[in-house]
Amino acid sequence: MAASFPPSIPSRPVYGTLTARPGTAHLMVADGEGAAALTDMLARAQDAAGLLARSHIIYMPGPTGTDLWASLNALGAAQCHRSPSFAAALPRLQQVLSDAHMGLQIYVAGTEGLIGQVQREAMLAGLPWQAVQTEHRGSTVRRVQCVHCKGITENVRTDPFPCSHCGLNLFVRDHYSRRIAAFQGVNIDAEDPGQVPAAVVRFT
Amino acid sequence: MSVGAAKIPVRVAEVVEVNPLIKRFRFQRRDGGPMPVFSGGAHIVVDMDDHGTRRMNPYSLMSDPADTSGYEISVRRDEAGRGGSLFLHRHVTVGMEMVISSPINLFPLDARARRHLMIAGGIGITPFLSQIAALQAHGGQFELHYSARSRDFAAYADDLTARHGDKVRLYLDDQGQLINLNSLLQGQPLGTHLYVCGPKGMIGWVRQTAETLGWPLAAVHSEEFLAPPVGLPFQVQLAASGKTITVGPAQSLLEAIEAAGVTAPYLCRGGACGECETDVLGCDGQIAHNDHWLTDEQKAGDRQIMPCVSRFGGKTLILDR
Amino acid sequence: MGLEFNDETFRGDYTFRNSARAIARFPFPFHEDSYMYSVNMEPHLPGRPGSVFEHMFDVDEHYVAEMRDRALVLAEDPLRCQSLPHMTLAGWDLLELIMEAKARDYPQWFSLTKDGHQWHWINRPLQIEQTFTFLDDTTLPCGPMEYITRQTQGDFTLQDQRDDNLWIEAGMVTTQADWSLDFDIGMSFHEWHAPVPLAHEMRVFDRALKFLLNLQLGAPVRRFNWTMTVDPLLDTSPENYPKWGPSKTTMTAETIGHRQHLRVELQTLHRLPRSNAIVFPIRCYLIRFEELVTVPKWARRLHRVVRDIPDELATYKGFLRNKPLMLDYLSKYDDGAPTSPGFWAD
Repeated sequence: MAASFPPSIPSRPVYGTLTARPGTAHLMVADGEGAAALTDMLARAQDAAGLLARSHIIYMPGPTGTDLWASLNALGAAQCHRSPSFAAALPRLQQVLSDAHMGLQIYVAGTEGLIGQVQREAMLAGLPWQAVQTEHRGSTVRRVQCVHCKGITENVRTDPFPCSHCGLNLFVRDHYSRRIAAFQGVNIDAEDPGQVPAAVVRFT
Repeated sequence: MSVGAAKIPVRVAEVVEVNPLIKRFRFQRRDGGPMPVFSGGAHIVVDMDDHGTRRMNPYSLMSDPADTSGYEISVRRDEAGRGGSLFLHRHVTVGMEMVISSPINLFPLDARARRHLMIAGGIGITPFLSQIAALQAHGGQFELHYSARSRDFAAYADDLTARHGDKVRLYLDDQGQLINLNSLLQGQPLGTHLYVCGPKGMIGWVRQTAETLGWPLAAVHSEEFLAPPVGLPFQVQLAASGKTITVGPAQSLLEAIEAAGVTAPYLCRGGACGECETDVLGCDGQIAHNDHWLTDEQKAGDRQIMPCVSRFGGKTLILDR
Repeated sequence: MGLEFNDETFRGDYTFRNSARAIARFPFPFHEDSYMYSVNMEPHLPGRPGSVFEHMFDVDEHYVAEMRDRALVLAEDPLRCQSLPHMTLAGWDLLELIMEAKARDYPQWFSLTKDGHQWHWINRPLQIEQTFTFLDDTTLPCGPMEYITRQTQGDFTLQDQRDDNLWIEAGMVTTQADWSLDFDIGMSFHEWHAPVPLAHEMRVFDRALKFLLNLQLGAPVRRFNWTMTVDPLLDTSPENYPKWGPSKTTMTAETIGHRQHLRVELQTLHRLPRSNAIVFPIRCYLIRFEELVTVPKWARRLHRVVRDIPDELATYKGFLRNKPLMLDYLSKYDDGAPTSPGFWAD
């Protein structure tokens, strides 16, 4: 089931539960445990077969190694593709969005990093971001942008953590940017250089 | 708190009968100065003194936003309405001095849209005229589908097709021409925004079809001014001012409050913007919530009312004004 | 540079200072002896002559030096000025608003002549002369928002209005109190304000948003915000936090009068005509404690405000660490006498 994040500041994204919606085409993207959100949605759908006949599924394993490809491949969707990573899937995703018409329904499930990046691509293609359905499943590791050097560190597990680009020690805020598809990281020892609290594993 | 801009004193420069139902009015500033530039889809509120009854009705600006020499509106005569359009049609002549508001836009184009798909019915064509002019000036793709009962009642259709050719499609009821909405809405590239303005039924049909075909709400825009409906007179107690007023059948609650010398905030005067929201301190009867602003819960609770369009029937209504 | 404009720096040797005139007209933000958030908006009508709200956009003795500092910030970090593509029209609206206001209010320094869409702009203090075609970006050296805000004091954000919300989608932000334009661009009103403590529970932002969605052409509003800064540093950006953060730890009782600054933001909000967007100028005024205490009423009041402010606010505004030092300094100027209501000096 979808994990709920504790209530936080208004810029912290809130995810939902995927529901089949009327549309002329359906794009489903998932990573890791997100595959189960897709199969759960289809199990609840009134006309799953009709939906799948107009569906394009893109799947990649999750950051902690979970790989549920078999369950999606068995669905019989019109198109179903397994990608090794989001970076590898990106050109395909952009092409699908570029060819798409209004009426396309988009469903994303899995890690926040995947959800944010797919939502961003949809926004860049001109679809209002609110139209993308999202459901969080699986790992809570975060994409964090260092506000100082602008580099993004993937799969952040601890707070604080060292920026993978410039090395500054950063604390992880809940302040989130849809455009960058990342949380914000800020130097934790700016005022007292060297005084860095012990890293706590916050995201798994 | 409502911080309003100054009103604009104007003189009627032109009155043109466009067709048996529609008249066009052109306003120029009495001081000869330029009108404020506005954004396509904006409207003004026209202040009218109809033989002692004050009316303030919203009308879409149809003129080119960059034309600061004057503003133009087109008004469809509505026999069954409260009288604002009838007043304009029957009593407003060239040279008459009137007062209008600054432009307000509750129906703007979405600046991010790759393409603007416009559907107009009858007098609903007016906001699209200023929007199309704006798109011509600033760049932007559009396509207009305009439905009217017959050629004679398709105001401005000839001008539009002459200027914009294929981008404008006309559908005449008396020739059995119907917009093929399903086909139209399925063929739009991602990033298209849909705009509809016209009779309530048409707006409902377009919105319903768009939803069925999977268009997101945020990409569908409509404007429909609710003219306050005519109704039975009713009494209201204004607790804060210590006055009791009677709202006439052709008068809105907001107009009655203003006529009693009590100031109440307002903006669109058409049930859409929320500015006139008023607390209900006591209610023994039925409030007719005719607005688009309050939530269903709020309407059921009867603790707030939008006086610009809503009415009351029953024993007592007490407001915090 | 004429006598009218200071030759001063906001970094390095920090030669910034306020003349007696600047101190007298400083926008002291507290109208009473305590502080809490409110939607404290009022019409931005022409105010008291000589004050910072006499004109729509205030130009003061710091103008030339602030523009020089802005240019330095942008050279180091171009991401401080961004405009999403659909906001260019709003940028033109802003250029028109500022040029017309300044040419009208300060004709000795600025002039604007128009021949249809051919405009001719002269900015004497910055020695700029530009002819260009209004609405044609190929005729300006950069986008219209960047062009005009490189010549105007204060930060600017442009907010697109849609879906019953405001979206921050363009801005020039080089004098900010610790928020990142690059990160926040694209956010909605509540999202952009998310990090502010307490105010959300008080529904300050719900009411502010409702009010702003109805903001009309020709009816701008203004309000104040404030914080504290060590040294007259305009660029207190999160990007540069590792550079300016440590300065908070080097304050002493001897240096606090000179180094501790009250930083006041005069914020205004204007509806723009062609784009229907809202521009949000955030004009920053700095005064060091030793300048401020020359006005007895302000010295007393500031002491009381700082003394009674909740720790959460002091933390969010970044001065909790030095609050004790501030109180030691300011208490010497507070004899407990009553202060008059309102923010004007007696």
